[in-house]
Amino acid sequence: MAVIETEGLSKDYRVGFTLKKIRALENLNLEVMEKEIFGFLGPNGAGKTTTLKILMGLIYPSSGKARIFDKDIRDISIKNEIGFLPEGPYFYDYLTGKEFLNFYGELFGIEKKRIKAKVDELLETVGLTEAGKLQLRRYSKGMLQRIGIAQTLINDPKLVILDEPMSGLDPIGRKEIRDLILQLKDMGKTVFFSSHILSDVEMICDRVAILVGGRLIDVGSVNALLKEETGSVEICVSAISRAALEKINTFKKKVIYRGERVYITVDSEEEKDEILKKIFENKSEEKVRLISIIPQKKSLEALFFKEIKNKRQRGSD
Amino acid sequence: MKVFVIAKNTFKEIIRDKILYNILFFAILIIGASVLLGKLSLGEQVKVIEDMGLACISLFGTLIAIFVGISLVFKEIDKKTIYTIIAKPVTRIEFLLGKFLGLALILLVNIIIMVACFELIIFLMVSTINLYLLKAVLLIFIELVVITSIAVMFSTFSSPFLSGIFTLAFFIIGHLSMDIKKLGEKSNDLVRIITSYIYYILPNLDNFDIKGKVVHGDPVSYEFIAYSILYGVLYISAVLVISVIIFQKRDFK
Repeated sequence: MAVIETEGLSKDYRVGFTLKKIRALENLNLEVMEKEIFGFLGPNGAGKTTTLKILMGLIYPSSGKARIFDKDIRDISIKNEIGFLPEGPYFYDYLTGKEFLNFYGELFGIEKKRIKAKVDELLETVGLTEAGKLQLRRYSKGMLQRIGIAQTLINDPKLVILDEPMSGLDPIGRKEIRDLILQLKDMGKTVFFSSHILSDVEMICDRVAILVGGRLIDVGSVNALLKEETGSVEICVSAISRAALEKINTFKKKVIYRGERVYITVDSEEEKDEILKKIFENKSEEKVRLISIIPQKKSLEALFFKEIKNKRQRGSD
Repeated sequence: MKVFVIAKNTFKEIIRDKILYNILFFAILIIGASVLLGKLSLGEQVKVIEDMGLACISLFGTLIAIFVGISLVFKEIDKKTIYTIIAKPVTRIEFLLGKFLGLALILLVNIIIMVACFELIIFLMVSTINLYLLKAVLLIFIELVVITSIAVMFSTFSSPFLSGIFTLAFFIIGHLSMDIKKLGEKSNDLVRIITSYIYYILPNLDNFDIKGKVVHGDPVSYEFIAYSILYGVLYISAVLVISVIIFQKRDFK
């Protein structure tokens, strides 16, 4: 069953004095299935946060529809089953951790006795039991993120929506969030989160959607998306002469200089063979030495950059 | 009910905000100063204190209503604290009314404190308390809630600076609206129409000002008080309806 479905979702903004129309989201058709971890990828400004805000009723779409749990997003009852963590995040800093969670518990209409137990349990889950008595204004960014997660789970939601949950966290923090998302999936929940940290997404997502410039470029499992990526290869040579470099100028490649060494990355095995042939043509004359040939792991990052480059080449509207 | 959850939290929010104490401090300071002033004037000491005291409660209550009201909703949107609230099963209407109610409760508590201090000072001076003053205080409270509703309405779409200016304008013109209407009646048709629009759209805040009468012991009929309260409640409701409509339609960017 599709937990989230959007149909032709679009959002236009009018900015500036001339009220120029900016298309933040264009015709988004997306489905998030039950119990999957779905990653929503895209560069900054792609429209990810716009999409999440529309789903949560913070902004209204210019056109199109969206359904959650097969109900229109304007139906407020769906929010009983959703936990949402916006990017930032921004909370009432005058409340203590306990008061903060208690407040949200009351907004769900949970009885007082149950809220107290739930609050203590959540504080322990996110490792903030001692900080429960402190006002949120004394929390560090990591602590705020953790109390944010706690507030997301207070109603034991079936769907968890996170906007850039890893942003601004150190590697330990990021691992904790990744582990938590996997835990949520084990509990039978659906997780829909946006990110621009590709490695995190690659590690935990069942499926991924890539959004660039407000448009959905690609959707599928990580494996399926990467299957079409040819494996690039990195050649490392040292003491390569200028002449030799000129010879391989015509090839499509990326060249990085690090001291004595030159790293040449090409898109395929065939190109690698050709370039090596060219570089070592006059081996006797050149002092060039081959250090290493390393096939690059297919990654979302490569796909990502390719899509962005394609978009730039197509031109923006 | 969820409106009360939000109201309770708004109450906490304002109580923990320093601005409240700054204003309260000055209010008590000025009331104290008015006692000194009262001592300076010949006779009629108590009347001066009563008059000034009521004026203080009205003035400082107005300051709280405006200063807190104009940023009440704006802050939530600007600081994005509203995001996780709207993500819960709470309607925008419940949210807005909850914030408004929280501020109204704060005003009530503040007035009670100021009146208590004030009556205490009078008691210490003349060993009786003037309960008729409470009639004036009741209407002052209604006026404050009217101003609050206007401030909150502007807060739903405008920055605190502009909201402050507009609300202040409503407050000033509101106290002059009776005079404006009378002046308008003597002028040509166009001016008369404009001034009567001003009279009806802006709140007629003089309805709530019975300080002079109460201090001088002139009778104020219960009918008048009832009418004023009704006018206040109707005006507040109209402003809140407009606020809800604006708030419902907007994006929280």
